[in-house]
Amino acid sequence: MGRHRWLLLPLFVALSVGLSYAVLSLPEHPESLQKMVVDKIEVSGVSNPVTAVLLNFRGYDTLLEMVVLLLALLGVWSLGSTAVRRETTPGPVLDTLARLLVPVLILVAAYLLWVGAHAPGGAFQAGSVLGATGVLLLLAGWRLRADLTTLPLRLVLVAGPGAFVAMAVATLLIQGQLLEYPPAQAGILILILETGATLSIGATLTVLFLGKRPQDKESE
Amino acid sequence: MNTVYLYALVGVGLFCLGLYALIVHAHLLRKILAINVMGSGIFLALVALANRTENLPPDPVPHAMVITGIVVAISATALSLTLMLKVAGETGRAELPDEGKE
Repeated sequence: MGRHRWLLLPLFVALSVGLSYAVLSLPEHPESLQKMVVDKIEVSGVSNPVTAVLLNFRGYDTLLEMVVLLLALLGVWSLGSTAVRRETTPGPVLDTLARLLVPVLILVAAYLLWVGAHAPGGAFQAGSVLGATGVLLLLAGWRLRADLTTLPLRLVLVAGPGAFVAMAVATLLIQGQLLEYPPAQAGILILILETGATLSIGATLTVLFLGKRPQDKESE
Repeated sequence: MNTVYLYALVGVGLFCLGLYALIVHAHLLRKILAINVMGSGIFLALVALANRTENLPPDPVPHAMVITGIVVAISATALSLTLMLKVAGETGRAELPDEGKE
């Protein structure tokens, strides 16, 4: 490899030039889905177009994405305990910082979830903030109580995908179309889905950071 | 030619840099980081190009794709890091065996 590395250079120059040409030659006025989104935003139940696309027009994408998150977590769990992590006792600064920040972060997550209906925000942003809160808690030495790590944690982890699947079945039976909400109730239905998704995303990211099943003992 | 294309070209550059690092480096952590750099380049290009029509709000469909993509990238990275730790724990080094070198 080392001797022939210079061979890569022309290849990468060609690739960069080709991709740049592809980007620059895109039509300035594309036939995009944008017009359709703008036309249908009235019946989507929310006024933020990104949330409308994520939770309404392309709801099944988000449904499958929640399943991808769950699959990644199951993959990590199935690998067993790989942790060679040394537990450190957090200093007083980290401890105090976590105590001060965690309530604020949870409030920010709730705000992002709520504001997602009409401004930038939504389930993914709120879930990421919740996940960051969980990582901060883990770094500060906090661990979930042992009796909560089995069923209660798993219920939170599947709340998002579960809510989506239930909604998909319900809309399929009542409306005849997968994830097609009645326009009058669309707003509240999207908020319910987003709440479940936020909790699941936050919990999944936190447990992913832990890198093993919470009830596994530390391997020495 | 406006700033939209500048951002998109930076995204192309990040993608190519990441691909180069992915090929050149043997260490698995570097490979995982390289894939993340490639992904960031794609996200940057998508978000920038969504806004390339002047006098119109950005196209929300690529933005939605990027939002889901970021979360999927995080979880895939977590899974690959765990796999890397497993490989390092089994073989003592975080690299895949190179058949040609034997």
